[in-house]
Amino acid sequence: MKARLRTNFRGAPAGRPEIGMSGSNTQDIAWNREALPPGPAQDAVVKGITGEIEEKGFVIANLDKVVNWARTGSLWPMTFGLACCAVPMIHAYMARYDLDRFGIIPRGSPRQSDVMIVAGTLTNKMAPALRKVYDQMSEPRWVISMGSCANGGGYYHYSYAVVRGCDRVVPVDVYVPGCPPTAEALVYGILQLQKKIRRTGTILRG
Amino acid sequence: MHELGATIAAAAGPAVQEVFVERGQELVLRATREMILPLMAMLRDDPRFAFEQLVDLCGVDYPERAERFEVVYNLLSLSLNQRVRIIVSTDEATPVPSIASIWVAATWYERECWDMYGVVFAGLTDLRRLLTDYGFEGHPLRKDFPLTGHVEVRYDEEQKRVVYEPVALTQDFRNFDFLSPWEGMTTLPGDEKVHLVRAERGQIEGPKA
Repeated sequence: MKARLRTNFRGAPAGRPEIGMSGSNTQDIAWNREALPPGPAQDAVVKGITGEIEEKGFVIANLDKVVNWARTGSLWPMTFGLACCAVPMIHAYMARYDLDRFGIIPRGSPRQSDVMIVAGTLTNKMAPALRKVYDQMSEPRWVISMGSCANGGGYYHYSYAVVRGCDRVVPVDVYVPGCPPTAEALVYGILQLQKKIRRTGTILRG
Repeated sequence: MHELGATIAAAAGPAVQEVFVERGQELVLRATREMILPLMAMLRDDPRFAFEQLVDLCGVDYPERAERFEVVYNLLSLSLNQRVRIIVSTDEATPVPSIASIWVAATWYERECWDMYGVVFAGLTDLRRLLTDYGFEGHPLRKDFPLTGHVEVRYDEEQKRVVYEPVALTQDFRNFDFLSPWEGMTTLPGDEKVHLVRAERGQIEGPKA
């Protein structure tokens, strides 16, 4: 029973568990290998859970999985567009890639954010401000470093004014390469972060 | 354009040392540093010149000269559709009179010039750095300023703040030959025979020895 119900929390919460896989033959590269493909098997699980709720009014599930499902399904990013990388980041938010469908809604306040996307050149002058914003974010929090400049200084590696990688200032979870990375690359990076959260996330605190 | 230069030189007297036209279309005046203020006021207020706008003000560093810095003013007259460039020279210690009283826009430009080159502007009320980091030392666009600067930052876990440390490059500086593959290499690998055949037919020059 428990094992059967767990499957309910494996897909993306926006109701699109098939994102990133186009059929059962691409199972090996699927972003969520535990997800059930659409078909009779998935229908049976959904039907079973619906019946469960109608009969008893509650379902039993693994709490860690529920929490991870909620966290991956509402990754609110702290908008930190520092330079030109902000443009592909905006593309990713806009209609074509529409990050809203992943539950990713940009925030203007670090207090409401879960993930900080460092998009662009981090200068020495900006570094304390970036760290302050990171410190103001509530736990659990993640950082995506977007583009060559944020990854390692990039074009400005030898400059007198640029931090050689934003990981000198904040701990980074996912590095997205590119100069600038395409919007697709950023979306892929976000999916990688979701994968990481799903694998390592727990409600226990270290 | 030559008439405009001559008119300005005649009206300004000793404030203008030299008048010349660059690239056939850019009027340039070399001016005396001490007399820049009345010259600029005249260029703005005289109806023959009417340079209402200060388009740009920048510095240039020539380390080999006795007065190593130049300050370049670019002026635009929208009403008369004419432009002029004025150049004065100075060194590290000698101040240039600030023209912020004539064009307010000059305030930030002069702060930037001070920041990047260390040119002192006399009469500028707000002589703070504009672009570089708070507490930055040195003037980065001077030719003798090292590219990587002197300090770099990182977050210190113990002090819980961003700290400054002397630069320690983890990757050495690399020099590149800036030859593009299209210019540096006229014969691509594997194409030698084609070029030889074409050269025999006299279509193009033979491959470089």
